[in-house]
Amino acid sequence: MTKRTVRIGAGAGYAGDRIEPAVELAEQGRLDCLVFECLAERTIALAQLQKRKDPSLGYDPLLAERMRAVLGPCRAGGVRIVTNSGAANPFAAAEKVREIARGLGLDGLRIAAVTGDDVLDTLGPDARVEETGGTLAEIRDRVVSANAYIGAGPLAEALSGGADVVVTGRAADTAIFMAPLVHAFGWSMDDWPRLGRGALVGHLLECAGQITGGYFADPGVKDVPDLARLGFPIGEVDEDGSLVITKVEGSGGCVTAATCKEQLLYEIDDPTRYFAPDVIADFSRVTLSEEGPDRVRIQGGSGHGRPETLKVSMGYRDGWIGEGQISYAGPGAVARARLALAIVEERLRLTGARCRETRFDLVGVDALHGDALSGDTPEPYEVRARVVARTDSSAEASRIGNEVEALYTNGPAGGGGATKQVREVIGVASTYVPRQQVTTAVTYLEV
Amino acid sequence: MQLRQIAHTRAGDKGTASNISVIAFRAEDYAFLEEHVTAERVKEHLRGIVLGEVVRHALPGIGALNFVLHDALKGGVTRSLALDAHGKSLSSAMLSLELPDR
Repeated sequence: MTKRTVRIGAGAGYAGDRIEPAVELAEQGRLDCLVFECLAERTIALAQLQKRKDPSLGYDPLLAERMRAVLGPCRAGGVRIVTNSGAANPFAAAEKVREIARGLGLDGLRIAAVTGDDVLDTLGPDARVEETGGTLAEIRDRVVSANAYIGAGPLAEALSGGADVVVTGRAADTAIFMAPLVHAFGWSMDDWPRLGRGALVGHLLECAGQITGGYFADPGVKDVPDLARLGFPIGEVDEDGSLVITKVEGSGGCVTAATCKEQLLYEIDDPTRYFAPDVIADFSRVTLSEEGPDRVRIQGGSGHGRPETLKVSMGYRDGWIGEGQISYAGPGAVARARLALAIVEERLRLTGARCRETRFDLVGVDALHGDALSGDTPEPYEVRARVVARTDSSAEASRIGNEVEALYTNGPAGGGGATKQVREVIGVASTYVPRQQVTTAVTYLEV
Repeated sequence: MQLRQIAHTRAGDKGTASNISVIAFRAEDYAFLEEHVTAERVKEHLRGIVLGEVVRHALPGIGALNFVLHDALKGGVTRSLALDAHGKSLSSAMLSLELPDR
């Protein structure tokens, strides 16, 4: 039953990621499992809103395209698929996968929907909201989703139940990578060192191309070959949880100790305490060694215990943002852009626009890091004025972009390329619930 | 000398905190980084950006430091009015940190 090495590929690092690298992995990666991480914190709230409009939707909009591309090669190579792209509606997503598999003639393909992360109806008004320090009651009428981060257990159960494709919602990013390891190696769910290394595997792979040279290049300092054909990573994991990160031979990008170190520390707080649903992992004693071209061995991860509670991510309606931008170029560009910002600021005041917060930027000068870091640099040839504000309504938000656009005929000379945008803000807040408050279920569909 | 000459960086976000890793290109430069790239220096370099505490975690095994910058993202990814709401470009701001010449 236990295998010596399990090969896991990362087919997506976010919902909109490239699809060809996943196909390349499915066809040439000699994988046991291809994992798609497609769910950012806010994505599930947006998916929940979509599901309210149409109960057959609420999953990753790219799911169908991805599955059409990889189901065939995965079936041919005996590669199983695990993904959180079920978002707010894993069951509907599983039905969609079945429909696609039928169309491809993949008879007998078994699909599992893992549900139970949606805990909105189980939260009481006294639930503490971490970000505000208050209670859920204070924002309850604006909350659109509440999903618990579930662990690898139910996903591994689905694999043990014979699923070729496992679709879930708000499983933790690390859990969807740990599940095939727990399944294949039969790890005990209280073997903290192994689970800690499993979380490390997940953490390293979850952003896909970010460990194979994506998000790394800095020409002349850190060069990466062939980024247009970036290959996504493969983790070759041993029974004890140590691993080698590599990629398909001939694909673009590179796997080096440096690319792995950047990903190891990506979005990390205290490296001795990395919280996952199944384990508190310890990355602080990890070591890396390059053991060949595009092959980095990673050892020394561990873990100690698991959190008593599960984190719940809640999406809530949090007002509106209105934005407008316009560009200026040539001699005096920065002075004209500053005049443009001053005019809009005064106009918003004169017309009584109700803004809770406003921001005035010069893109190309100070928009990213403010005055402190950009103060002494020479003036750019062109600059983009940007005005953005938080409001309580869509109508108020639309006034921002309108005032910027009106600079065409009412503002400084030479303004061009005005754009405007209004968007509803879905904020994310979190709370914690006892483990027993979350009941997961596995439902199988067959082609 | 700028930090960029001996180290590389990547930034991530968690709520309203940003984390920036500072990783020595060569293992032998780690001790120099540990001595000079302190939480205080980082807080001073990113003044106006980081409003809260800066906490440094050391990872000598991989020659890296991890800085957690509290209250650096003005409301966090979902609410922020900033152009770069994730603060991902802060990794590059870190690279211009001045270090003593050697």
